[in-house]
Amino acid sequence: MTHFTKLLSASVLALTASIASAQTSITVAIQLEPPNLDPTGGAAQAIDSVLYSNVFEGLTRFMADGSVVAGLAQSWEISDDGLTYTFMLHDGVTFHDGTTMDAEDVKFSLDRARSDDSINAQKGLFADIADVTVVDPLTVAVTLSQPNGMFLFNMAWGDAVIVAPESIDTIASNPIGTGAFTFTDWVQGDRLELTRNESYWGQPAALETATFRFISDPTAAFAAVMAEDVDAFVGFPAPENLPQFEADPRFQVLVGNTEGETILSMNNKMPPFDNVLVRQAVSLAIDRQSIIDGAMFGYGTPIGTHFAPHNPDYVDLIANSTYNPQRARELLAEAGFADGFTTTLKLPPPSYARRGGEIIASQLRDVGITAEISNLEWAQWIEEVFNGKDFGLSIVSHTEPMDIGIYADPEYYFQYDNPEFQALMDTLNATTDPTTRSALLADAQTTISEDYVNGYLFQLAVPTVAKAGLNGLWLNQPTAAVDLTGVTWSE
Amino acid sequence: MSRSIAIGATLTLVFLGLAALSFIYTPYDIQSFDIPNKLHRPDATNWLGTDHFGRDILSMIMLGARTSIAVAVLAVGIGICIGVPLGLLAAARRGSLLDELIMRGNDLVFAFPSLVIAILITAIFGPSAINAIIAIGIFNIPVFARLSRGAALPIWERDFILAARVAGKSSLRISIEHILPNITNLMIVQGTIQFSLGILAEAALSYIGLGAQPPTASWGRMLADAQTLTSIAPHTALIPGMAIVLMVLGLNLLGDGLRDWLDPRIRIART
Repeated sequence: MTHFTKLLSASVLALTASIASAQTSITVAIQLEPPNLDPTGGAAQAIDSVLYSNVFEGLTRFMADGSVVAGLAQSWEISDDGLTYTFMLHDGVTFHDGTTMDAEDVKFSLDRARSDDSINAQKGLFADIADVTVVDPLTVAVTLSQPNGMFLFNMAWGDAVIVAPESIDTIASNPIGTGAFTFTDWVQGDRLELTRNESYWGQPAALETATFRFISDPTAAFAAVMAEDVDAFVGFPAPENLPQFEADPRFQVLVGNTEGETILSMNNKMPPFDNVLVRQAVSLAIDRQSIIDGAMFGYGTPIGTHFAPHNPDYVDLIANSTYNPQRARELLAEAGFADGFTTTLKLPPPSYARRGGEIIASQLRDVGITAEISNLEWAQWIEEVFNGKDFGLSIVSHTEPMDIGIYADPEYYFQYDNPEFQALMDTLNATTDPTTRSALLADAQTTISEDYVNGYLFQLAVPTVAKAGLNGLWLNQPTAAVDLTGVTWSE
Repeated sequence: MSRSIAIGATLTLVFLGLAALSFIYTPYDIQSFDIPNKLHRPDATNWLGTDHFGRDILSMIMLGARTSIAVAVLAVGIGICIGVPLGLLAAARRGSLLDELIMRGNDLVFAFPSLVIAILITAIFGPSAINAIIAIGIFNIPVFARLSRGAALPIWERDFILAARVAGKSSLRISIEHILPNITNLMIVQGTIQFSLGILAEAALSYIGLGAQPPTASWGRMLADAQTLTSIAPHTALIPGMAIVLMVLGLNLLGDGLRDWLDPRIRIART
C-alpha cells in the first residue's frame, strides 16, 4: 500500500467514524456563557440554560409545555391544611460522584437555599418553608408556614435543584448533580462539554456527548449556523436572518414563546414617572406593533400587562394602552408637561432593547418627550439600572416564569410601591384554590396595567435554528433551559 | 495642479457639500421611523433605499457626513491647537529639559495604539460624539507636535532668524512671525491626512457603539446596524461602507496632491 492510499483509507476511516459519532453527539450554541456553574447560587440565566435537567434535577421539574411534573420525587402527598408536603423520592438515584441521593440531600439543599446567608438568586421560592424533616431515607416532609399554591411550581425552578453536601464546595466549577448528563469540561470563553450519565436513574439520554458553545455576536452566530459548526442555536440573536434558514432545507426553525415579558420599565419613584398620567402618556405614545416589526422582524406577541399570553390565566389588557399619540400629548399637558420633558433611556445589549430603544425614542419624540439613549453592557446595566436605580426608562425582558410578584417588592428596580397590590399578592400566595387564584391573578394583571407601571411591549419569542433531522429540542422556553435529555437524531 | 488633487478635492467637496446641504435640506426626516417601509432597495422614491427602520439612507448618509466631518475637524483642530504650540515651544527651547519633557510626553501618548486610547476614554467618560472628538483629538496632538518641532528646528538655524534675534525679537515672536508661516504648508498637508484618519476613527468608534449616539446619524453605526442584514439587504452595508471609503480616499488623494504641490523642493525640481 502506498503512502497515499494509506493516508486516504485512514481519512476515510476517520470520516466514517465522525459520521457515526455525529449521530450521538450534538453541539448546541447559546448566546451567553454562564459566569459560574451553580444554579443555586447565581442569577444568570445561562447557568440554567446549560445545566437545568441535563445535570441538575429538582423534586419537580418543568416539561417543554410548561407543565410541572414529578422529578426526583416520584410522588407527594399534601396535607389537608395545605401546610405539609410529603415527598416520596425515587429509589436508587445517585449523584455523578457516586454518592446516593436521599432525603438528607433534599433537606440539605432546601435548608441551604433558605438559610440567612444563602446566595440563592430566588430566595422568595423558599420563603414559606418553615421546616424540612427527614422521615426516612426516601421520604422527606416539608412544612410551610402558610399555604402556598405555587409550592410545587417553585420546586421545579433551576434555583431549587437538589445538590449534595459532598460536592457543594466546588459546585461553581465542577457541578455534580443527578441528571442524565455529567459535566466533563468547561473551557471558559469557548465551550462546555457534557457526557451521558451511564448510571442514570431514569430514561437515559440518546446522545452520548453534548457540547455547548457561547456565541453572542449576531454575525458570528449566523456564520456558525450557516457553516454547520453548530447543530443547533437556541435563542438565535438575529431574527432578521430566520427567513433565510427557513428557506434552507438543511435547517429547521422553531419559533417558540418564552416567559420573557419585554417591557419599557419606568422608574416609578423618579419624577416625572411618579405621576400616573405621565406613565400612561408614555404607554400610549408607544406603538407595539412597529416595535415588534422593527426590532424583532415580526417575532413576538403583544402584551398589555406583565403576564405571559400563553398562560391560561392571562387577561388581554392591550386595549388599556392602544397606540394613541394624540391622547398621550393631552395626558402630558394634563400632568403639567405640555412642553414635554427629557429623560434617560438606558439599553442593555440585546437587539430587542437596542433597536426597540431607537424606535421608542423616536415615538416618544413625537409626543414631546426626549429620551436620551445610552447603550450599556450587561454588567453596567445591572450596576446602574438594576441595582443603582439610576434611570428614567429602560427596556428589558423579564424571563422568569410567573414573576408578577416582582411588582409587590417596592425595592425592585422599577420601584412600584402599591400597598393594595402587595396585599393582593399576599392573598394570592396563601390561596391554593385554582379558581380563586385565577381571579386574583386577573386582578393583579389589571391593577398593574391600569396603573401603567411600565410600558408593556411584547412577549419575547425564542427562535431556535437546528439542523434538519434533530428532534426533541424544546420549542418553548417555560424556563431558561436547553434540555437535551430527550434529543435524538433521525436517520 | 495634479490629477490626484482634482479627484481628491472633488470627492471631498461632494461630501462637504452633502454635509452642508443637510443643515437646510434632507430628502426625508430620519427622526420619524417608517417601519412598514424597511429595507427597500434603491429606487426612485428612496434613491439609496431604506434601512431596517425604514429611514431614507441618502438622508442618513448626508447627516452622517456631517457627524463624521464635524468630529474629524474638531479632533484635528484639537491636535493643531495644542500640538503645534507644543512643537514650536520645544523647538524654541531645543535641548532644554522642557524640550525633553514635551517630546518624551508625546512619545508616551504615541506609544499607545490610538484606537485603544480612544476606546479607553469613551469607556471611562461614556460614549458620545464629544468624547469621541476628545479621544481622537488627543492622539492627534503628538503628530502635530513632532512634525512642527522637526520642521521648525532647521529654520531656527537659518540666517534670517539670526537677523531677527539681533533685532531683539523674543523667541515667542520669532516662533509666531517667522517659524509658523514657514511650516504652515506642512501642517495643512498633515491636517488633511489626519482629517481622513479622524473620519476612519470616528467610524470605528461608532461601529463599536462608542461614537455618536442615536438618533445622531453616523456612518460607523449604519455599518454596525447593517451587519446582520448583509445577506438580505446588502445595500444597507455597502452604501455607508462606500461613503467611508470614498471620503477617506478623497482626503488621502487631496493630502498627497497638496504635499507635492506645496512642497518647495518638489516645486523647484518641477520647474
